[in-house]
Amino acid sequence: MKLDLVTSLYVFMLAAFIGFEVIRRVSPLLHTPLMSLTNALDAIAVVGAIILAGEYHAHGGTMAKILGTIAIVAATSNIVGGFLITDRMLRMFKASGPRKP
Amino acid sequence: MNNFLASDYLIEITYLLATALFILSLKWLSSPTTARRGVFAGEIGMFLAIVGTLLHHGIVEYKWILIALVLGSIIGVPLGKVAMTAVPQRTALSHAFGALCVTLVGTAEFYLRAPDVPPFMMAVLSMEVILGSLTFTGSLMAAGKLQEVLPQRPITYKGQNLVNLGSLGVAVVIAGFLVAHPDKTHLFPLIIAIPLAFGVMMIIPIGGADMPTVISLLNSYAGLSAAAMGFVINSKLLIVAGALDGASGFILSVNMSKAMNRSFTNVLFGAFGQAQAATAGAVEARPVRSATPEEAAGILAAANKVVIVPGYGMAVAQAQHKVRELYDSLTKKGVEVRFGIHPVAGRMPGHMNVLLAEADIPYDKLLDMDEINGDFPQTDVALIIGANDVTNPAARTDASSPIYGMPILDVDKARTVMVIKRSMGAGFAGIENPLYFMDQTLMLFGDAKSFVGNIVRELSGNSHGA
Repeated sequence: MKLDLVTSLYVFMLAAFIGFEVIRRVSPLLHTPLMSLTNALDAIAVVGAIILAGEYHAHGGTMAKILGTIAIVAATSNIVGGFLITDRMLRMFKASGPRKP
Repeated sequence: MNNFLASDYLIEITYLLATALFILSLKWLSSPTTARRGVFAGEIGMFLAIVGTLLHHGIVEYKWILIALVLGSIIGVPLGKVAMTAVPQRTALSHAFGALCVTLVGTAEFYLRAPDVPPFMMAVLSMEVILGSLTFTGSLMAAGKLQEVLPQRPITYKGQNLVNLGSLGVAVVIAGFLVAHPDKTHLFPLIIAIPLAFGVMMIIPIGGADMPTVISLLNSYAGLSAAAMGFVINSKLLIVAGALDGASGFILSVNMSKAMNRSFTNVLFGAFGQAQAATAGAVEARPVRSATPEEAAGILAAANKVVIVPGYGMAVAQAQHKVRELYDSLTKKGVEVRFGIHPVAGRMPGHMNVLLAEADIPYDKLLDMDEINGDFPQTDVALIIGANDVTNPAARTDASSPIYGMPILDVDKARTVMVIKRSMGAGFAGIENPLYFMDQTLMLFGDAKSFVGNIVRELSGNSHGA
């Protein structure tokens, strides 16, 4: 258990560095889609909610099921809504070249 | 990890692939040409991870999971179809949903584990629920203000920062106590309730123009709380996703605070909206030059290079489609038209670009402040639509100005400056703009949408006459 937490800290640190390097390169043009996309990705928390709602718990099972179910609804709406709107926005960005004669 | 089943390896592989796809997703977002591929990569990663999780052998009941997944999708679809002007409040709302998910899972995890919660676990659990609950109410408040169901006017009172930070401090102290004594479960609701109240109090003093910074900051908090949840449930995938989101929100917050000339600590402690200056004193009636749509059209048609500077006022007037028509008719006449966009134009980072892209303006004509500023001396006409403080040269020259030091668009260096404005009223910070009194400036008084429409009509009339 202890070792796992240390590994997790390393993962967090490395991911934060990757995040800074990758996101620094995103053009200000796309900062709104960036926020809606990271929001959708963030909703991967749904994984934890699914396990919480679906696993067997010796005690507190009802509480876990109720909270987990609400959490899945909240996260799923972010996933679906976030990907949808990001793609809608990005489809609007067109280059000037070939569009018009 | 002792009895690892074959299916567990399969699940871990889906998580590993999802992690890689998430990073690629953000990498591809860096350019408009690859950005949609990025969304696709994110979707595949998400799909893999969810399917992988459903294979988890510990799951004994699927009914509620499937109902919740369907219900969430039904709620998500309309949230993905809102108007582009409403994207800031939609984004704030999705921060609230993300934070709600994290807070609920954190709460359940605590009560399932209590009273035997190891100190490190209790520490990250506390971080998860504190950040989660303050982001939840803070984002709801921000969404309410943006949607204008709540008063947008900042509400401030004496000692506000002390009360806010004090209450958050109390929550952190209680969390610290719980780390040492996790069996005191009756204290746990406090580290949810206090941050919930803090989230509300944090947004009360914030006005509309500070929203880009606030949304970015809440984005960062939402990411960090998700990463904390990753520690609690030991999901490396969630840690990575949370760290990416946290980093993204952090970078955007720093960008926004720089663009507003606020120090980052100022932003971190939520002391926005405090810079309201009392400079409304002696406003002398100085002469300005104004022009009619006809005159403006003549000047624009004779120009070689035009830079349009849009502000949130343009979006409020819904003038972006008229601006597109102006762009089209000028381009047809051989005038080079580009757009200069300040980082805080709009209600969230990059909002103005989305609004202009929606109006079909090619993205390579949308230039960031740093890209366009060097070109103003060679610009014939700078046309300002619904922007004010971000064009105020006092930010460069007048050390006594409240916005001194704020990076601005150097429109005053253009040969002719035209400003579409309803009246001579000051900007959100109540600061007079010396730009309006300069010799090369022409004021175009009127509603942005109808004024631009009139210019377009004049321009097409001219072309018929010629």
